[in-house]
Amino acid sequence: MSFLNISNVKITGISTCIPSLIEEVNSLSHLFSRGGADNFIQTTGVERRGKAGKNVCASDLCFKAAEKLIEDLSWDKGDIDCLVFVSQTPDYKLPATSVILQDRLGLSTNCYTLDISSGCSGWVDALSVISSLMSHGSMKKGLLLAGDTLLKFCSPTDKSTYPLFGDAGSATAIEFEQKEENRIHFSFNSDGEGYKVIMIEDGGYRNPVTEESFKKEVISEGIERSKLDLVLEGMDVFSFGISKAPQSVKDLTTHFGIDIGSVDYFTFHQANRFMNEKIRKKLKLPEEKVPYSLKNFGNTSCTTIPLTLVSQLQSELKEKELSHIACGFGVGLSWGSCYFRTDHIVCPDIIVY
Amino acid sequence: MWEALHQLLNIKLKFMNQEDFLLNFANQFDETDASEITIKTAFKNLEEWSSLLSLSVIAMCDEEYNVKIKGDDIKNAQTVNDLFEVVKSRIQ
Repeated sequence: MSFLNISNVKITGISTCIPSLIEEVNSLSHLFSRGGADNFIQTTGVERRGKAGKNVCASDLCFKAAEKLIEDLSWDKGDIDCLVFVSQTPDYKLPATSVILQDRLGLSTNCYTLDISSGCSGWVDALSVISSLMSHGSMKKGLLLAGDTLLKFCSPTDKSTYPLFGDAGSATAIEFEQKEENRIHFSFNSDGEGYKVIMIEDGGYRNPVTEESFKKEVISEGIERSKLDLVLEGMDVFSFGISKAPQSVKDLTTHFGIDIGSVDYFTFHQANRFMNEKIRKKLKLPEEKVPYSLKNFGNTSCTTIPLTLVSQLQSELKEKELSHIACGFGVGLSWGSCYFRTDHIVCPDIIVY
Repeated sequence: MWEALHQLLNIKLKFMNQEDFLLNFANQFDETDASEITIKTAFKNLEEWSSLLSLSVIAMCDEEYNVKIKGDDIKNAQTVNDLFEVVKSRIQ
């Protein structure tokens, strides 16, 4: 694994946005046999999730979250030096969405912008990039926008993906401040051998779209999709998650000498409740230190960590000093953990767009 | 102390046997009586078998034997013994 220790950078605000259309898992009767939806809810913990409308992109949800965050922080837009957008559902193949967002948000043309393609580990990945950039001290204020609209490529007739995923966007404010306690620690791993476990086969340049790509195929009972839809090999992802996520957190705490008992909250990527509970129990973490947001939002890809922090810990984030470990794991396969502190950060109510 | 623990673990793994595995396997089921499951049982034909149970079996192999089982291993296995052989071959 690779480790990173970043100094003089801190998180000063987190804001999130979900689409106004909420779809109940119980309403998806076409996907489940009798009792199937209840079993699904019990296992995954997902009862409902936001679904972006046809004209709503991940960038729109991130835009709304960012506008509100900038306003609540009373930041001068001209002072924002960098913007990193992490997503697997960008506006276009090109240009990069982060550049478009710089203009939409009214940021200066002096702003550094970058797109990162990453999913479940995306928020942790992007946090490492933006905090590394800012730790040099030349850039003082930065925005990390993490958002995805995965339901746009989940087949509505695939019970392994469609009821599980949800759409959401987020904005995290990062500031440079020279201070001993402003440290963020990271540990990272990648394993491309598992690239087929979570993927969309066609539509890139390896397998360009053909007429065949649109053909719906029955893979197994309750799973019908085309090659333009998301594939999720549930058993393989589960096997990966329950072994790698706990190891990643252990590696982080061992390497940096973090006392695991002293950490206030452990926020994991919200894969599904069954898997996340296995991970929590393996690390012997008490329930009250491991927040969940699956119930109302589902698995929102790179947005799960900020969305869980805001939806479950909003008042504490605003009113207290807290230590955190966050861990993302999934598509790639890629996984990473980070340790950071928050101290009375700006944390607006979830925006509905 | 760690060495002693490690040795203990190795002994446990070395002595991994069918009965042990069968018991661990049968323990994943709620409604199916353990007596209904033998090492030769084609487990996917059991009424209670489900995708959730396959996840429980994967978790059991991880927890009890520190062995990673993939989706294909479950798909290719017919009997409990088939899975036992996979796990056995992967114990280091």
